[in-house]
Amino acid sequence: MVIAIGFEGSANKIGIGIVKDGEILSNCRRTYVTPPGEGFLPRETAEHHRQNIHTVLREALDQAGITPQEIDVICYTKGPGMGAPLMVCAIVARTCAKLWKKPILGVNHCIGHIEMGRLITKANNPTVLYVSGGNTQIIAYSRNRYRIFGETIDIAMGNCLDRFARVLKLSNAPSPGYNIEQAAKKGKKYYQLPYCVKGMDVSFSGILSYMEDKIDELLKDYTPEDLCYSLQETAFAMLVEITERAMAHCGSDEVLIVGGVGCNERLQEMMGIMCAERGAKLFATDERFCIDNGVMIAHAGALAFESGATMDFNDSTITQRYRTDDVYVTWRND
Amino acid sequence: MGEDLKDLKILKQGAEGKLYICNYLGKPTLIKERFKKKYRHPDLDENITKERIKNEARSIVRCKAAAVRTPALYLVDFHRSRIYMEHLEKSITVKDFIINHVKGETDKVKLGLISKLIGHTVRKLHESNIIHGDLTTSNMLLVQKVKSDDENWLDGELDIVMIDFGLSFIGSSGEDKGVDLYVLERAIISTHNDYPNLFEDILEAYKKQSKKNLGETISKFEEVRARGRKRTMVG
Ligand SMILES: Nc1ncnc2c1ncn2[C@@H]1O[C@H](COP(=O)(O)OP(=O)(O)O)[C@@H](O)[C@H]1O
Ligand SMILES: [Fe+2]
Ligand SMILES: [Mg+2]
Repeated sequence: MVIAIGFEGSANKIGIGIVKDGEILSNCRRTYVTPPGEGFLPRETAEHHRQNIHTVLREALDQAGITPQEIDVICYTKGPGMGAPLMVCAIVARTCAKLWKKPILGVNHCIGHIEMGRLITKANNPTVLYVSGGNTQIIAYSRNRYRIFGETIDIAMGNCLDRFARVLKLSNAPSPGYNIEQAAKKGKKYYQLPYCVKGMDVSFSGILSYMEDKIDELLKDYTPEDLCYSLQETAFAMLVEITERAMAHCGSDEVLIVGGVGCNERLQEMMGIMCAERGAKLFATDERFCIDNGVMIAHAGALAFESGATMDFNDSTITQRYRTDDVYVTWRND
Repeated sequence: MGEDLKDLKILKQGAEGKLYICNYLGKPTLIKERFKKKYRHPDLDENITKERIKNEARSIVRCKAAAVRTPALYLVDFHRSRIYMEHLEKSITVKDFIINHVKGETDKVKLGLISKLIGHTVRKLHESNIIHGDLTTSNMLLVQKVKSDDENWLDGELDIVMIDFGLSFIGSSGEDKGVDLYVLERAIISTHNDYPNLFEDILEAYKKQSKKNLGETISKFEEVRARGRKRTMVG
């Protein structure tokens, strides 16, 4: 039996969660929300995490109803992400490891998302669409690695949504993506935007710059809601298309959506229709588990820990770039 | 749609549509039907479908002039979103061939021949400004070089046939060709991860196929690749 605590702070959320053999004991989180029109920057985000991490830690321990002594392993996000915010979590995790005399383990953030999704949905060996603020990848497992079959060749889906929200000056609370989703529900008129798919890869920079350049003109004939709707319909169709292409290529009949954009219900609906059309099954989770959180780091760390992975204290550093396929998956042997 | 195909044998459901086999004017025929995708907006769906069918038909014709083998095109039915083409009954995808018929690193000769075929063929496409748009080993078939009844034809001389031109377009820029190579590299690395040198061998063959100046292609390819490596991944 393994009890693991996970610290996540690679972007604008600070999350701490505790798991006991796949059972979630606590999942606590705070989000750094910036004013409309502004994105989050490393220094301010790190400051937010510093101000909140102790409260969140107390909360996570209390909710779980355990003492630090019962914890077997301390997990933290090693990367990828923003340097300064990552560092905040790494330092607190190291401190806890020393204070409580526990082993420490750095976890790849993307692997955290995937394993969390598999835990919650019980998907066995799915094609994974990982869509978040900074990542857009189509992933499938093969020979001890999560292999990247498709990817954005420029900006991530979430980044495109966030920046479009800034163009429209939508609120960043609770998240720009959520507000685009709500606005899109009221959109009626579809405006055709550049659609760019390259094999199993996609590109979103064209859509974004098109919107940015033409926004004043577009707003004469279309409401902001229409534009949110059109953006979602176009961009999500691209994501569904490359997911389907990867499924055909890999001979897979399961899809798992993870990452922050993955809680978008329209994306889930579109993916669900595609799956129904080819007799496949869709797995998705809601915002508690899709959006960055500490549990995903705790759970992925626990899997690695149980399979014998260890990390020297001196290696408990962070790295801004850390690809999903860099990780050797020791806990799967299928 | 698809009503009158009910009695036909469905070969498989591909990435974009359903494939049926039939007999058209006495020839083994494959029908690729791009059925309506209900997940996407009807206007977008119609545009994409039309576009893809046009691309596929156009590139198959252009490949002939480029001396790149493809299935012969029999009929394009825009109304029903179908393409009728030659069904290569005695064929195997390069993907299945590598996975099931190449036995580890020791089978170097076989793999070397395949890499050459792929590299040369992609180069020929690019020399004719045909950008495939979806270069994966699922979209390349191996067939007998010379038709015969040989049961063990996979051990004989093979030829490569390019398929699935839905995402193809005409492009002469180094960027277009570079991205095409990048898509191929990514597909090879993920699909055939047990052969880490496969793509390098393909690229070697690509470069050597013609003495013509590669121009910007390789530097653009490396640029797109570096962009991928440098991308920050927050969230
Ligand atoms: N002309 C053909 N002869 C034999 N098999 C084919 C032919 N065309 C396609 N196939 C098989 O069907 C699969 C899917 O066809 P493809 O044209 O690639 O469609 P999709 O766009 O759905 O990927 C191919 O990977 C190959 O196995
Ligand atoms: Fe994330
Ligand atoms: Mg194909």
